[in-house]
Amino acid sequence: MERIPILKMGELLLVTIQVDMHDRMALALQDDLSERIVANGARGVLIDISALEVVDSFIGRMLGNIAAISDVLDAKTVVVGMRPAVAITLVELGMTLQRVRTALDVEKGMELLHASLREAGSSNHNAPI
Amino acid sequence: MLQSEILQIRSSEQVVEVRQAVRSRAADLGLSLVDQTRIVTAASELARNTLHHGGGGTMKLEILNNGNRRGLRLTFEDQGPGIPDLALALKDGYSTTGGLGLGLSGSRRLVNEFSISSNPSEGTRVTVTKWK
Repeated sequence: MERIPILKMGELLLVTIQVDMHDRMALALQDDLSERIVANGARGVLIDISALEVVDSFIGRMLGNIAAISDVLDAKTVVVGMRPAVAITLVELGMTLQRVRTALDVEKGMELLHASLREAGSSNHNAPI
Repeated sequence: MLQSEILQIRSSEQVVEVRQAVRSRAADLGLSLVDQTRIVTAASELARNTLHHGGGGTMKLEILNNGNRRGLRLTFEDQGPGIPDLALALKDGYSTTGGLGLGLSGSRRLVNEFSISSNPSEGTRVTVTKWK
């Protein structure tokens, strides 16, 4: 089965979904990302869905799961690049992805992740001994 | 009625083929980008139901030409166990497979016409239409 590649960049993992994923492929991505977060000690995950023409409830649930799993593993997930037609359809479908952080594009998503890393770093630094 | 075709739904790869066929016909028909996305998303939800609840089945895709109105009609059919309580199955959040329970209720909101019939001895048929 074809798998979605996961790239490592410093403390971040980057995923660009460029194919119309079938359900088993989406589940494999969820598992692969969870393992890579731990294996690489990643602090952030950026998922670019700008190539996706459709996000249905299954893919939406996968994005929510990845966000929740990464939270538990002390990493932040940001989903970027959602097309406007996809956003409209997801909300009408009844999925609001409330637990998923989003940004309009890769650049803004990276800013968000770096800001949250800096925040985490400084709060550790200032923590009482 | 101008044309129709029938696609098999027996695997998650074929659910992807359903999405792609519906996308292509919706674009040919000249549906807006948002309406294309709505009908493709509804097709994806319903095809997944056919696969997981119905044990596989088919989708019939028809281009409708009703006077000056054109539309896309999709009919999903399976010979599975059927749905015992349709009203319950159409509720947001009701799921028998641990999913989000948005497949039927959500796809109903994405189309112009929606009908469903289900019989324990015959399976389930869902028909949706999106008009241009």
